[in-house]
Amino acid sequence: MRLLLALALALLALPALAPAAQAVEPSEMLPDPALEARARDIGRNLRCVVCQNQSIDDSAAEVAHDMRRAVRDRLSAGDGDTQVYAFMVARYGDYVLLKPPFKPGTLVLWLGAPVLLLVAGGALLVAARRRRAASTPQPLSDEEQRRLDALLKRDA
Amino acid sequence: MVPELGQYALILALAVALVQGTLPLVGAAKGDVRLMALGRTAALTQALLVILAFGALTQAYVTSDFSVANVVANSHSAKPLIYKLSGVWGNHEGSMLLWALILALFGAAVAIFGTNLPDSLRARVLAIQALIGVGFLAFLLFTSNPFERVFPAPPDGNGLNPLLQDPGLAFHPPLLYLGYVGFSVTYAFAIAALLEGRVDVAWARWVRPWTLAAWCFLTLGIALGSWWAYYILGWGGFWFWDPVENASLMPWLAGTALLHSAIVVEKRDALKSWTVLLAVLAFSLSLLGTFLVRSGVLTSVHAFAQDPARGMFILGFLLLVTGGGLALYAWRAPKIESGGLYQPISREGALILNNLLLCTLAATVLLGTLYPLFLDLLTGTKVSVGPPFFNATFVPISLALFAALCVGPYLGWKRAELWPALVRLRAAFAVAVIAAIVASVAIDGRATLAALCLGFGVWLIAGSLLEFAGRLRRSRLGTMPRAAIGMTIAHTALGVVVLGAVATAAWHLELIQTMKPGDSVKFAGFEISLKQVQSLNGPNYVAERAILAVASDGGPYTTLTPERRLFTVQKRQVAETSIHTNIVRDLYAALGEGDAEKGWTIRLYYNPLAPLIWLGAALCALGGFVSLSDRRLRIGAPKRSRGVPQPAE
Amino acid sequence: MKSNRLLFLLPLLTLCAMAVFFGWALLSGRDPASIGSVMVGRPAPKLEGVELGGGKPKLVNFFASWCAPCLAEHPLFTRLKEREGTAIVGIAWKDKPEATRAWLAKLGDPFKQLLFDQEGKTALDWGLSGVPETYLIDGQGIVRLHFRGPITEQDLKERILPLLKSGS
Repeated sequence: MRLLLALALALLALPALAPAAQAVEPSEMLPDPALEARARDIGRNLRCVVCQNQSIDDSAAEVAHDMRRAVRDRLSAGDGDTQVYAFMVARYGDYVLLKPPFKPGTLVLWLGAPVLLLVAGGALLVAARRRRAASTPQPLSDEEQRRLDALLKRDA
Repeated sequence: MVPELGQYALILALAVALVQGTLPLVGAAKGDVRLMALGRTAALTQALLVILAFGALTQAYVTSDFSVANVVANSHSAKPLIYKLSGVWGNHEGSMLLWALILALFGAAVAIFGTNLPDSLRARVLAIQALIGVGFLAFLLFTSNPFERVFPAPPDGNGLNPLLQDPGLAFHPPLLYLGYVGFSVTYAFAIAALLEGRVDVAWARWVRPWTLAAWCFLTLGIALGSWWAYYILGWGGFWFWDPVENASLMPWLAGTALLHSAIVVEKRDALKSWTVLLAVLAFSLSLLGTFLVRSGVLTSVHAFAQDPARGMFILGFLLLVTGGGLALYAWRAPKIESGGLYQPISREGALILNNLLLCTLAATVLLGTLYPLFLDLLTGTKVSVGPPFFNATFVPISLALFAALCVGPYLGWKRAELWPALVRLRAAFAVAVIAAIVASVAIDGRATLAALCLGFGVWLIAGSLLEFAGRLRRSRLGTMPRAAIGMTIAHTALGVVVLGAVATAAWHLELIQTMKPGDSVKFAGFEISLKQVQSLNGPNYVAERAILAVASDGGPYTTLTPERRLFTVQKRQVAETSIHTNIVRDLYAALGEGDAEKGWTIRLYYNPLAPLIWLGAALCALGGFVSLSDRRLRIGAPKRSRGVPQPAE
Repeated sequence: MKSNRLLFLLPLLTLCAMAVFFGWALLSGRDPASIGSVMVGRPAPKLEGVELGGGKPKLVNFFASWCAPCLAEHPLFTRLKEREGTAIVGIAWKDKPEATRAWLAKLGDPFKQLLFDQEGKTALDWGLSGVPETYLIDGQGIVRLHFRGPITEQDLKERILPLLKSGS
């Protein structure tokens, strides 16, 4: 019961699967928990530009620290999430987004695998149906039917 | 002297591998028994020689022989012995030698244990193994020689990367390589089958144990890597979709598909060209992983030394092995005759769906990992593909797979009905739905994706156990085929992993605070106070250690002692987290920067069900090992008949 | 069936396509960590007290006294100032003003204007990832060149000087 209560008091009620942050310092954190939670969500999706595949929340680099602070400054100034992302993209390009934008250039990335699945699945189903059609015998034509009757009459 | 012996052993091994890679193939084509038997002798000799070489390098490390360049670059006399040992493979050259060693050992294993294989097949398999070995040995000798000397010998070495000085990471590479290289055996079997022009039930029976073994080790290797990242990197994450992690996940996905696809070949003589293709792909993806990690085309926290010249060599090798395999496949696979017919709704159909979904998952990971590179080369645009992408694309397809997973075993071979199977699972479905609702209400107060995923985890466990209960009613545990028990364990274990992963990722608690000695905080129902921060000296590092007293309602509960270590030689800091686990949750503390005046940054995490992730993974591998111990796989493998399929079980 | 044959060739063809990319990546000598700058081709961000785009091209150089590569490229800036009379704006990033001034006093000050960015806010506006980084702004205030890391002789000869001379 205490476990459930403790979990219910969680600051982070995340709708998606997400890890914790290693490099966020207490001195950086905003006093408003809702704003801080938004800052962490955004930070998780921004790439540290001097690191190997880390988000700014997970990196101890100076630039990451600056970016975290900038995110919080903008949130405190009243920016919405989209505007904060746009702020970063204006300075660092799409590279700074860990979730690649859905653009013509990234269509293959986002849709490649599902399309492959649908095409392959569809092809298999079509092949299966064709096989079933091929294995069910064709009905006899009239000519063949007459010949069959004649043969049967002869044997009877 | 000894390093030179090692080098000569490698050269000899290369020569033996060349012989092993050519003559038995000729023998198999001509039916020459002596040439085919040569494969066996050569495999054993090669293994012995590479063992010698590996032993020579190990001796150089253990005795801290700093006249060997590799030892200088990666070791230090003050390092503890176990890390001197694991340092042997904690670098590019040494790890390649480990690859070559395991490759040779697997070849010897096929030679020794493959007595139930027909001579021509065994000869071909050993030959292909040897040809792969030629590639690795040549790579070692010509571009990555671990035995190069340095003169004059420096007084001491540069030490091993502090992150690698850890027991978890010591065993991670050997387990992974056992997996990757194990898939080389299935690859060899696939090529041999394509050369012979025959893929049949017997072949599938022979291939299964090698595939299972490789898969089990790869599962353990990946799990160990994930666990290590969890407790060493200091923030409770366990999977980061880093390119090198992806490089190990892709062969695992292909290997899982291969395992299941081979079942259909064995039982129904169908799905043959799929299975052969998967066998080629599993090993190819292992090689691709090796290429990505060592060539420098991708950035990664994991990557070894980047070197375009080495990269070209590996790329060429990859092209030869994969290209050769796929070319052979394109040429010979259309001629493979397919066996039994089946309806879309059937066990075969379910396993085809399984194949499709796993391959889609692998394709998703591949696309995500390589897309930034391709886009950059083609258009100069830079994009990043990180965890948010993979979460959005990988998770939904996984859920589809989980949904189908429990239904498959209820479908009969050849033709089955879907609705009766679903009806039999209704109890499992109900339990899963209830679990999801309870989770969302009790934890968040609203429906969430996490609660849904939790429901899927429960579905996996309940569905697998329900199916097992049904089996128990029909036959006793003692007479049940081990493969069936293994399947139940593995599928249930997958559900356990899902539970752990979802709970930790979605519902962890975190507290980051600056604390001074004497301060205390309330966290996750505990009262945690910082007693003091000590300074201490380790064998090759100095450290700060925080003593955190954890108390619950009933009084003192435990003590957490996170450290921050500064390794004096490399001047690098590594955090040693302190974790208290009771299987159902982890209480996790990490120490950040700080001093006596301003206080220290203390990070506290409460990770519900986290241990289940790795317990589940270990259980999964256990299921595989149980399956492997099935005696039918070892004795009674059928003598090859004229292509008549075995009756379905 | 011919379409069937094509299907079996598909994996091989996919591999060949991938191999082409990999070979290209290896031979091109690209650095996977360099991300270029999204600023090139766009109007330069504002700098307090500095006029960019007043008809004459300018160089903006982010540096620091604690940065070793900045030391390496310093003579090139001195040369630019003395021989070409280029206007160079120096911005000290995360550097104590006393340390910066001492460093410049010792090596010589090639900068027409010197700014301090101790907090890193200006650097963020310019999309900086570290020091040194140098931007060339043309007479209209558009960013034309971006260098991540120290500039070299080759950069100077082949890219910077031509643009400065064309005076755009």
